Amino acid sequence: MTGRRVNNRLTYLTLTAVAFFFTIPLYYSIVVASRDNASLASVPPPLFPGGNFFENVSRVFDTVPFGLAMVNSVLVAGSISISVMFFSTLAGFAFAKLRFRGRNILLLMTVGTMMVPTLAGIIPLYILMVKLEWVGSLYAVVVPALVNAFGVFFMTQFLSRALPTELLEAGRVDGCTTWGLVWHVVFPAARPAAAVLGMLTFMTAWNDYMWPLMVLTPENPTVQVALSTLAAGYVNDYVMGLAGTALGTLPLVIVFALLGKHIIGGIMQGAVKG
Amino acid sequence: MATRAPERAAPPRRPGGKRRLTARHWRHAVDVKASPYAYVAPFFLLFCAFGLFPIGYTLWVSLHEWTLLDDEHTFVGLENFRVLLADSYFWNATFNTLSIGLLSMLPQLLLALWLAHLLNRPLRAQNFFRITLLLPNVTSVVAVVVIFSQIFGRDFGLINWVITSFGFDGIAWRDGTLSSHVAISTMIMWRWTGYNALILLAAMQAVPRELYEAATIDGASSFTQLRKVTVPMIRPTIAFVVITSTIGSMQIFAEPLLFGAYTLTGGQDRQYQTLSLFFYENYMRLDFGFSSAISWMIFVFILIIAGINYLLTNRMKGSIR
Repeated sequence: MTGRRVNNRLTYLTLTAVAFFFTIPLYYSIVVASRDNASLASVPPPLFPGGNFFENVSRVFDTVPFGLAMVNSVLVAGSISISVMFFSTLAGFAFAKLRFRGRNILLLMTVGTMMVPTLAGIIPLYILMVKLEWVGSLYAVVVPALVNAFGVFFMTQFLSRALPTELLEAGRVDGCTTWGLVWHVVFPAARPAAAVLGMLTFMTAWNDYMWPLMVLTPENPTVQVALSTLAAGYVNDYVMGLAGTALGTLPLVIVFALLGKHIIGGIMQGAVKG
Repeated sequence: MATRAPERAAPPRRPGGKRRLTARHWRHAVDVKASPYAYVAPFFLLFCAFGLFPIGYTLWVSLHEWTLLDDEHTFVGLENFRVLLADSYFWNATFNTLSIGLLSMLPQLLLALWLAHLLNRPLRAQNFFRITLLLPNVTSVVAVVVIFSQIFGRDFGLINWVITSFGFDGIAWRDGTLSSHVAISTMIMWRWTGYNALILLAAMQAVPRELYEAATIDGASSFTQLRKVTVPMIRPTIAFVVITSTIGSMQIFAEPLLFGAYTLTGGQDRQYQTLSLFFYENYMRLDFGFSSAISWMIFVFILIIAGINYLLTNRMKGSIR
């Protein structure tokens, strides 16, 4: 019995140490973001936040169009997640509960596409955007991401478990069209998983970097593109770089800390099947 | 219900009734047959336009001398690939990608397994630990690199402060091949270990409890249980984690780009230029034919590694049985 208690204590100790190492870089970024560049050179380096945060933030806004970047990122991530939730629920419902010719092969293709790296098609995608005259516009970032294989697979998994077939049959007997079923039965049942999917998609879209960097301009950036402009052009201005980073990251981290339980549940549910 | 029944019985007496009924049947049949396709269509249309077509087209572009500024695209056959395979920068980037990939993946996988094992028991504050595990993954890659560039700084970095306070010399992390690879791998590990631990934990929770009870009765220690019960039971998930992290590590891009303060070469001697960064360097020269060849080679590497993974896991399965 005592052996088990010692063992448990060791577990807590280890996990706390790991939690410490997982959070310390975030904490330290706030420390640096709230100091001035001169104080970073002192020995020992500053370990607690200072009072320069707002001054550094205002310098961020003077250097890059950070306000516009925030608005852009909210627009991009918001519209992508709404669209992914909607189309993934539709396709997931069809794959999970409707019978049609070619269903299995189409589902297999969907899963297969998850393995394809984005990089493999990125040049033609860029050429396509040049042809559509979307380079520099948010369309170039939003439209290719409107629905994705992960979302479809995720909703298929969820709906095949969570949506009772009897409920659909009852709806049919009452004379519902398929769209009627979607509206009255599927959407309400899909809500919890769709919410998780929406949050995951929002985070991914918010953090996406390579494609926005290629197709957007520094004048009309997303948050990540603006941050990389800061990091590139002002290498030695650590405090400004990290003030921008904190500003672009903290909203998401706070939302996640509050809703994290549900998001983690979603990730783990999706994972078992993989 | 009772009030509706007479209505349904009524139509046959009217002359047009039968046809209207078939029309309704027909509509119903169309609805049942066609609507599934309508629901999966948005995904497949979008995938064909922005996924499948670009991949095929990449191959087409890679067979040409193709720049964005020129409207003429001369067909050159496999010339781009020939030049690429003879390019020492390409093999340098391949080496760096594999080195960073291995340095980050092996410790990451072991650590993730161990963390998942620790969390796979009744603990207080279970949610707190899970959330802190995933916090790095919520942080964007750009933010991670900016933060760690400061931590790995030569003069004012946190790590060098710790090293020098123990009396050793500080390390110029960016300058060496190994040291820069270690720094970049640390960033990747920090961002992904917790995520992978949660996926492994999810699989572990599906392992039947009785197996552990039996193992405990047989006197197996916690570590033995991890090795002999857990790992064999969750092998498919381990394979999944390995394959997804491999695909990810073949595309490491933001870390070397921003660690080198936005230099496309990945350090003065290209000591940490990855394949994706090598691709991006040539893309920025608007040499689309050559960079398409690079992205196809990356795709081929991924297929090869995924194939090897598949064979290995299959063989392991065979030997256990």
